[in-house]
Amino acid sequence: MHGLWAVYRKELEDHFSSTRSILLLTVIMMVGLVTAYMVGSGLRKELEGMAKPSLVFLLLFTSTGALFSLAQFIAFFGPLIGMVLGFDAINRERAARTLSKLLSQPIYRDAVINGKFLAGLTTIAIMLLAIVVLISGIGLLVLGVVPGWEEIGRMAVYLLVSIVYIGFWLALSILCSVLFRGMATSALATLALWIFFAFFMALGARLAADVIAPLPSGSSMNAEAVLQNDKVRSIVATLSPITLYSEATGIVLDPLRKTTRSLVLMGPMEQLSISRFQSPLPLFQSALIVAPHLVSLVAITVVCFGICYACFMRQEVRST
Amino acid sequence: MALAIETHELTKRYGTQVAVNRLTLQVPQGEIFGFLGPNGAGKTTTLLMLLGLSEPTSGTARVCGHDPTRDPLQVKRLVGYLPESVGFYEDMTGIQNLTYVARLNGIRGDGLPRKIEGLLEQVGLLGEARKRVGAYSRGMRQRLGIAEVLLKDPQVVFLDEPTLGLDPDGTQKMLDFIVGMGREKGITVFFSSHLLDQVQRVSDRVGIMLKGNLVAAGPIQELAKQKLGVDQERYTLEEIYMRYFREGVPAQS
Repeated sequence: MHGLWAVYRKELEDHFSSTRSILLLTVIMMVGLVTAYMVGSGLRKELEGMAKPSLVFLLLFTSTGALFSLAQFIAFFGPLIGMVLGFDAINRERAARTLSKLLSQPIYRDAVINGKFLAGLTTIAIMLLAIVVLISGIGLLVLGVVPGWEEIGRMAVYLLVSIVYIGFWLALSILCSVLFRGMATSALATLALWIFFAFFMALGARLAADVIAPLPSGSSMNAEAVLQNDKVRSIVATLSPITLYSEATGIVLDPLRKTTRSLVLMGPMEQLSISRFQSPLPLFQSALIVAPHLVSLVAITVVCFGICYACFMRQEVRST
Repeated sequence: MALAIETHELTKRYGTQVAVNRLTLQVPQGEIFGFLGPNGAGKTTTLLMLLGLSEPTSGTARVCGHDPTRDPLQVKRLVGYLPESVGFYEDMTGIQNLTYVARLNGIRGDGLPRKIEGLLEQVGLLGEARKRVGAYSRGMRQRLGIAEVLLKDPQVVFLDEPTLGLDPDGTQKMLDFIVGMGREKGITVFFSSHLLDQVQRVSDRVGIMLKGNLVAAGPIQELAKQKLGVDQERYTLEEIYMRYFREGVPAQS
């Protein structure tokens, strides 16, 4: 165990003293502050004259200010945090010839990769916690509304899910650093994967839906076909961790949303009844809706780290 | 006398290429053993197998009585290894680098800073201990490597080309360390080198590797008798080595 602890401690020290993580943290903090302030002051205007606003606090994370909401920001740029922390984890040691030295010390080989992953995960957790607390603080100042337990619970779940999500990208980038010798190559590879999931997956989902369940041409729009098409699209889209995460946190942070589907068919009476009984869900029910999402998110993170672990353990160590 | 290193028919293949072919070798405790051979003869591969960093294709090895394949942790606890060009964390100081290695070895406590200072003094780096390793010269790195190897109080040290690329003064210091470790501390030193006259000066015995085969092993004087047929002081290791090198690997029976 002393090996794991020693590696963990050294990596954590590196993460908090290296220029790049300080830069990264500064940028994220700045964006977080600005978004929180923008959203906060916009919200105050909206809420003026309302008798008893409820669940205002969560709106800090979900409502889009001038550009994007904080939840969207994390979904989109969170992967970058993971990548910056992990893309040179193993190949930097290899290039500096410290890997063979590290492995000739009396530690288990997996202590190296576990220590690096855990240190990255801790850094991510600290960064996210700082951002969420910062935004809550600004929210308290700007809105003057104290969050209830329900909201604190939702924020905690959101925080946890976000750590796992960025942890996935960390594992992915460490995997690239195991597979590719060059640090630039591994950075580009993780970047390519991110771009693929962020931009092309949505496009691909639409394409796949049109191929597998094509919409009937002409005027005969039938509801079945439209639903079928949307179902295929959403299935393909959730293959991307970014979609998976956005949908999960969307529900967790917004108690009024009751489904992850973007397209719901209903008649006029159903619409009427829904608008009448627009009451928030308890946290547990919200979590239940996205339980598959949460489980899949944890699963892909674990699988990704598992592959990374297996690759590292099998790799030949040569000093040259 | 107890054996520090013992191998039996140790073989490593990479695909069809044989890196080390049925190496059988014994090194008693406290000996300084010079491991010679041209580049690519399989010296580093042998060292990696003895450390448990690389798995042999067949054959067995024992280092300090432990099997490096089955029980690598125990071997690594007792063996110090200085790779051909040792790497350090460039952003950390000499002291920080040594402290990290000490932690990896589970060495801690109040005595650690003093121990590290003592080692740095031994290798003549006390003045530079608080400088970043990135600013160290090659000779200083190599000496820091020696301090790192000695940190865990090893029974056996493996040095891979320790004098490569050093100036004459640095080379002399390195040889002094090797002799010091072997003669004064009773550590078994197993080192590879190309500088034959220096190997001749410090080693008790030498082994010569050619294309993965150990073609000779023994005290230099004995090898001289066998190969050159002379029985006086007028021989050099270089002559013996070149004779073996020209004859190449004997055909397998």
